[in-house]
Amino acid sequence: MSKTALQFRHNGRDAAIFVDGGTNLLVALRELIGDMTPKFGCGQGGCGACSVLIDGELHLACLTLAETVAGRSVETLDGIKEGPNLHPLQRAFADHFAAQCGYCTPGMLMAAKALLDRNPQPSRAEVVEAISGNICRCTGYEPIINAVLAAAASRARA
Amino acid sequence: MPVTVRTFTSTAEAASALSSDRGARYLGGGTLVMRALNEGDISISTIVRANDHALRRIDAAGPRVTIGAGVTFAKILAERDLGFLHAPARSIGGPAVRNMGTVGGNLFAPNPYGDFTVALLALDATIAVQGGFGAREVPIEEFLQSRDRQAGSLVISVTCQKPASSDAFRYRKVTRIRPKGGSVITIAAQVPVSSGRVLGARLALGSMAPAPVRARAAERALEGRQLDASTIAAAASAVTEGTSPVDDALGSAWYRREIAAVHLRRLLSGQE
Repeated sequence: MSKTALQFRHNGRDAAIFVDGGTNLLVALRELIGDMTPKFGCGQGGCGACSVLIDGELHLACLTLAETVAGRSVETLDGIKEGPNLHPLQRAFADHFAAQCGYCTPGMLMAAKALLDRNPQPSRAEVVEAISGNICRCTGYEPIINAVLAAAASRARA
Repeated sequence: MPVTVRTFTSTAEAASALSSDRGARYLGGGTLVMRALNEGDISISTIVRANDHALRRIDAAGPRVTIGAGVTFAKILAERDLGFLHAPARSIGGPAVRNMGTVGGNLFAPNPYGDFTVALLALDATIAVQGGFGAREVPIEEFLQSRDRQAGSLVISVTCQKPASSDAFRYRKVTRIRPKGGSVITIAAQVPVSSGRVLGARLALGSMAPAPVRARAAERALEGRQLDASTIAAAASAVTEGTSPVDDALGSAWYRREIAAVHLRRLLSGQE
């Protein structure tokens, strides 16, 4: 089976890899590019641990055929820090104890970023809806919701 | 195991590629086919894609709406003219799944998924299908009865009439967790009222049979009558007739039968 050449933008940088037919974007990112921030949870679209932004839109990397991102921009958690500083969402997650085991955190942060990018001042209900595709088995969600709301509030103050 | 990916610019070419290869599956949003590949489904040897713009078109200006098979639920939610479909679209997945999952793929989603199709069944939609030898239009009921034998053809679009009023089309999905979750049962009801009486009732149920089904006995109980408490009670008591729900992790067949009447009654009487 021949490999397919694939080029896309990965966190603002050009990436070029060769993928086997049927390779999903999560495998491409983790095993071929070495970006370990998106996690493999269920492989079924049920957990959200592999959430990434494709052209700014929230997608599940494990259900995305890698070659469909050719020429597009893929953003993962690895790309959201601002220089040496944590992204306000990352800071808020740390401050509000929104991560325990941390496995859902990259997906949660990307889902939260997708929300704040288009709705900088969301209501609590909108935050709940925005992370509804992401499963967390540790926190009970409340600290995560509070962290997203706090990040939105800190942005508004800044 | 690697598979072959074939991408075409037209739906006709994609359909002919599908019809000439038993191991070929069409890739829409990926939420079904990529999931199958992740689970190691060896029946898939070829993935077929089409970049045809027609698949992503929405024509919703008039009384009859046509939605391309590749339109995602997020796109439906962004279209004001498709307001009557917002409740079913919003009931599917989380934001990422709604950015990916498509109207065409939902027609093939097994229980406890496929909620949008339940809505389309109540709306008496028509499915435009492209086969290896040309295109045809199929009523949704006929389509669903043979959906597992649709190999070799490709859904192009779905078409339905807009409901007469916002009250004439109602939708409810019962899940164990909110706001997201697989369907315990899904109900869509088209109940147009003309001079005080229900005319042309169509009720569709999800997760109550292998594919979405109509509740014909309950429809008969509504037809030609006022939508009052006694009519609704009669419809509710007939709603499980002809259904064959199964036990799964979300609910037992017994539980589904028990709650179907309750939720139909609440839906028709406008209770939350």
